[in-house]
Amino acid sequence: MVPVLLFVILITFLLAHIAPGGPWDREGRQLSDATIRQLNAKYALDQPIWTQFWLYLWNVLHFDFGTSFQHPGQSVNELIGTTWPATLFLGAVSFVVIVVSGVSLGVVAALRQNTAVDYAAVAVATIGASVPNFVVGIVLIILLSNFLYKVTQGAFFLPTSGYPQDLLHMVMPVATLSFLPIAFLARLTRSSTLESLRQDYVRTAWAKGLRERYVVTRHVLTNSLIPIVTVAGPLFAALITGSVIVETVFSVPGVGRSYVQAIEARDYPMILGTTVLYAAVVALLNLVVDVAYAFIDPRVRLR
Amino acid sequence: MESLWSDAWARFRRNRLAAGSLAVVVGLIVVAVLAPLLQYFGLIPGPTAQDVANSYQGPAIGRHLLGTDNLGRDLLAKVVFGAQVSLAIGILVQAIVLVVGGTIGLVAGYFGGWVDNALMRFTDVTYAFPDLLFVLIIVAALGPTFLNIFLAIGLVSWVGLARLVRGQVLSIKEKEYVEAARAAGTSPVNVILRHLVPNSLGPVIVTLTFGIPAAIFTEAVLDFLGVGLRPPQPSWGVMVFEGYAAVDAYPFVVIIPCIALSVTMLAFNFIGDGLRDALDPRMRN
Repeated sequence: MVPVLLFVILITFLLAHIAPGGPWDREGRQLSDATIRQLNAKYALDQPIWTQFWLYLWNVLHFDFGTSFQHPGQSVNELIGTTWPATLFLGAVSFVVIVVSGVSLGVVAALRQNTAVDYAAVAVATIGASVPNFVVGIVLIILLSNFLYKVTQGAFFLPTSGYPQDLLHMVMPVATLSFLPIAFLARLTRSSTLESLRQDYVRTAWAKGLRERYVVTRHVLTNSLIPIVTVAGPLFAALITGSVIVETVFSVPGVGRSYVQAIEARDYPMILGTTVLYAAVVALLNLVVDVAYAFIDPRVRLR
Repeated sequence: MESLWSDAWARFRRNRLAAGSLAVVVGLIVVAVLAPLLQYFGLIPGPTAQDVANSYQGPAIGRHLLGTDNLGRDLLAKVVFGAQVSLAIGILVQAIVLVVGGTIGLVAGYFGGWVDNALMRFTDVTYAFPDLLFVLIIVAALGPTFLNIFLAIGLVSWVGLARLVRGQVLSIKEKEYVEAARAAGTSPVNVILRHLVPNSLGPVIVTLTFGIPAAIFTEAVLDFLGVGLRPPQPSWGVMVFEGYAAVDAYPFVVIIPCIALSVTMLAFNFIGDGLRDALDPRMRN
């Protein structure tokens, strides 16, 4: 995990610094040479790039990600601290929605294989898997905007009082974020449930005369949900680190949108800080999944 | 060998959804390639030709079949020329994926040992990068041109194929016929080209097909976020980006490129499903 993070920092650092155009290029007003030299000295941008890299790495080890260039006076930690809660909350809610509806859709489809329910689930899953999510978001906005705009007096579209307070604001971003993963999860659950339904121990359970509820919850699901755990880790990581697309479409004040703004402003510390955060969360959750595997599946042993 | 491919083709054709999708994609490619000709013969206006007197016209029979945007540019012409960008990115990126991912997978799987270890660690590290964030940084660093976008998407997309090919090679390598070839003194290059490549081709083709809609999507996202191609370049992502400003008043300007994107991605996904079923009948359920 540590070498991977180091590599991510190194590559991102180099890419951000070879980019043409510097952080002090502003449209309209041009900073004087003296000011630029002062700013470069202040942020150590006049040092050779390797010196800058070691300095940065040293600071990262102390959880100091530097000061934002576009918002002088605010540290990257503070900025991520203010943007991450919105993303985190949105992601967590979406995760619950996705797992609950994806898994139940998949299980129902598998139990009623080749019925209308099954075909409908498979059709939704197939279409959901190939419609880009900003298209889903835009279609939702177009379909719902006229109606909902009147009902909520526009509050729906202008999140002002912050996400956690206004559950209503989250309906459309959550729906957009969830659409594709629900489809994916439903397909996965369906095929893994179908596989466990054909196992001998399930036939034994039926033969013992157990009720459907027990067979499904105790015998089928305990095994068919193992592959779901593998997918759930990276999915959760992706959700809580924010979707650049969804946050842009719905103007969510989260990490994803601030990342795009940071790239446009060549705000190196913000770009680096966000990338490191992302890579760390992904690496951490992969680790969690590996450990969780050992608990869920007794055949896997931790070495 | 001959009969294997003709069998697969017969199975593929029997899958109506996949065959229909193939027809859609072929039609789209023909239209995209012929776009300059269509413009030359006056069937569609140029994608940047402005007709300001007729801006924001809805789709209707007449001069502008799909309507016009804020500057009176013909949406049909923009969709047709935008198809060039999306299809070119989708298909060309697979060339990078095949060369980089395929080579790394083959070499790692065939030679094993420290070569395998080194290459797979490299693959793991690349995999740890957040895809979209990485593409965003590369495009921002190198500049938003078609070539850079194509390179950036290619450079993050090869990991899946490398792992797949390595797995395939590892399992095929142990088969008796490979052992026999090696015992007969066939050189490693010949073993790879004659035995390993042909026998792992099926899953590779399927993976590459599924890679096409993914690349098309990433390119459109870059344009939509304002980091990729810029107006007045005709691309579907740019069309969404431009139209999004007035989405409430003139939704069709956004819906038309959205439909084009969704239909194209759906078609490639159906073709991928069809190919998977056709090339490996055992995988059907």
